[in-house]
Amino acid sequence: MKSAHSRPLDLKHGHVDLSHGAGGRAMAQLIEDLFARELGNEFLAQGDDGARLPACAGPLVMATDAHVVSPLFFPGGDIGCLSVHGTINDVAVMGARPLYLAASFVLEEGLPLADLTRIVSSMAAAAREAGVPVVTGDTKVVERGKADGVFITTTGVGVRLDGVDVSGANARPGDAVLVSGPLGDHGMAIMSVRENLAFDSPIVSDTAALHGLVADLLAAVPDTRVLRDPTRGGLAATLNEIAQQSGVGIVLDEAAIPVRPAVAAACELLGLDPLDIANEGRLIVVCPATNAERTLTALRAHPLGQEAARIGEVIADDRRFVQMKTRFGGRRMVDWLAGDALPRIC
Amino acid sequence: MKYVDDFRDGDVARALGAAIHAEVQPGREYRLMEFCGGHTHAISRYGIADLLPPQVRLIHGPGCPVCVLPIGRIDQAIRLALEHRAILCSYGDTLRVPASDKLSLLRAKGRGADVRMVYSPLDALQVARANPGREVVFLAIGFETTTPPTAVAVKQAQAEGLANFSLLCNHVLTPAAMHAILAAPQGVQLDGFVGPAHVSTVIGSAPYGPFARDYGKPVVIAGFEPLDVMRAIQMLIRQINDGRAEVENEFTRAVTPGGNRKAQALVAEVFELRETFEWRGLGTVPASALKLRAEFAAFDAEARFGVPYAAVPDHKACECAAILRGEKRPEQCRIFGTACTPDNPVGSCMVSSEGACAAHYTYGRFREAAPATTTSA
Repeated sequence: MKSAHSRPLDLKHGHVDLSHGAGGRAMAQLIEDLFARELGNEFLAQGDDGARLPACAGPLVMATDAHVVSPLFFPGGDIGCLSVHGTINDVAVMGARPLYLAASFVLEEGLPLADLTRIVSSMAAAAREAGVPVVTGDTKVVERGKADGVFITTTGVGVRLDGVDVSGANARPGDAVLVSGPLGDHGMAIMSVRENLAFDSPIVSDTAALHGLVADLLAAVPDTRVLRDPTRGGLAATLNEIAQQSGVGIVLDEAAIPVRPAVAAACELLGLDPLDIANEGRLIVVCPATNAERTLTALRAHPLGQEAARIGEVIADDRRFVQMKTRFGGRRMVDWLAGDALPRIC
Repeated sequence: MKYVDDFRDGDVARALGAAIHAEVQPGREYRLMEFCGGHTHAISRYGIADLLPPQVRLIHGPGCPVCVLPIGRIDQAIRLALEHRAILCSYGDTLRVPASDKLSLLRAKGRGADVRMVYSPLDALQVARANPGREVVFLAIGFETTTPPTAVAVKQAQAEGLANFSLLCNHVLTPAAMHAILAAPQGVQLDGFVGPAHVSTVIGSAPYGPFARDYGKPVVIAGFEPLDVMRAIQMLIRQINDGRAEVENEFTRAVTPGGNRKAQALVAEVFELRETFEWRGLGTVPASALKLRAEFAAFDAEARFGVPYAAVPDHKACECAAILRGEKRPEQCRIFGTACTPDNPVGSCMVSSEGACAAHYTYGRFREAAPATTTSA
């Protein structure tokens, strides 16, 4: 079919302008030449305002996540793949199989179309690899200065796996706490390329879709109690959330918590705690202690969980404190992060 | 991490802890003030108290730059940003210190002030270069450690003719604060000081002589790693047991008697003593802070914008003042952990991670409440 647009989009040198969000021909062209071309699937091809989806077997799970990371491109990923992984992970840690994504773009006037193409293409690759298509979407353009390049909100729908009951409220005293890999990679990868802070480092974001790991784990250990992805606020925030929700305390063993030397060194330099730093491809698991070894084996059998470790245990504590036995031999609390040490990390 | 992990080794710590247990004399109390917030933070973060006998009481000192800044100083910075529309640059923690009218620099930012967090005064210079049409003020705070970088920035600004850059100078002096604590008539009873780490790399160990000589208080300069702190505590206990009062240096890998002469010369070239300076907690202390010398007066924001300092009393319920003097512990403040938390600090000690209240709230408050196993599920 011949394109309705007389001149092709200049994806190499062009820029987003207000007409790309105005509902006219320019917008249709952007959607057709970029979004549909990259993300194309049978549902998007319906061409309607929403997607008609087949019936699902089982209860649904839904999650949404806005992505505003700065810079847009960082070691190990970009806002495109991040926006796919982030929402897939939110659905997956509910004990669900992610099925579909919706994506909304807020574009800033002046954004190079080459950057947008890279981002959408990365998003498409991530969705393809995960087997979770972007079935509907929306694009808005705002004046220069009213956004920062591009903001992407994705919403995911999934179907809950049979016989699984995971929730942040399920942790019980005596349970084991595990993590699927080293902590702080994503946050420190972003920090290493921040304008005012750039430092040379080999740190690469851990951004990844975790639903495969979750599915393997739940197949091996269906009575897993809690699954969470420790994003903003890191392990510290996530464990405090679980302690609050479940009405329990948690005691960590610092010596068992995996942190890459480069991340530890960068945190040391900047006065940050790796436990507060965001992750985008890690899983926190709470399971009955009797299942801890099976959980560890299941996690380590998956490429995304090879460095998994058992890091602590759930205790009875009305105060719902997260504490840590320090490597030094003392004890301290692991509290929520106060303020915002690292804004716009995802 | 090579070179750092050695100073955090758990096995060495346990052995040192056992040695300290063996050396303390029964029935004797060892009241030791760690002057620096860096030590306060290390003590809380590594749980050092768990390795020490109960006779050793650690008293937090005023060595936290953000904590000792009185409200009036933050008010000045906010006026510069809101009324004079200057781009106000400072270190992260400073932005969260509560000021008058329920403001902080961060809240002023929400009201349209252009406030920017920087990691170094040289970053503020870069902001000035990038915004030639705007006034850029660096809110300079800190003890002797942060003063040399500020001096470098001022000299650099002068060399470049950066006329839109200036300094709101709040650099303060450690020995003056230690003197103020020891000289206070109703002050805290101390048996010795864990002396500053980074400050001492600049000023050396010699300036602490009078505290040993004139006040009879042992001083052991210690690095900020947890084993440094424990070793310094052991050295203090030995001095106290022997009836000695000397300046000793545990942090020999970085501190010399004379300190960093180059940095000292640089600071002396750019700054001179203020006659007096108001500290939070310590009140007005003579010769305890620095101001720009006349040759650099063009970079003095207070003079340039006409924003004189005005003293503002602390919040009525806030005990920061007594805590900074070592007279009270954070948990003795009645708003600690209730009205005043790191998310909504009332006093400055709850802001910086080096502040005694923030350190205790973030790392140590589990010690206050009931034991951990109160319920069964």
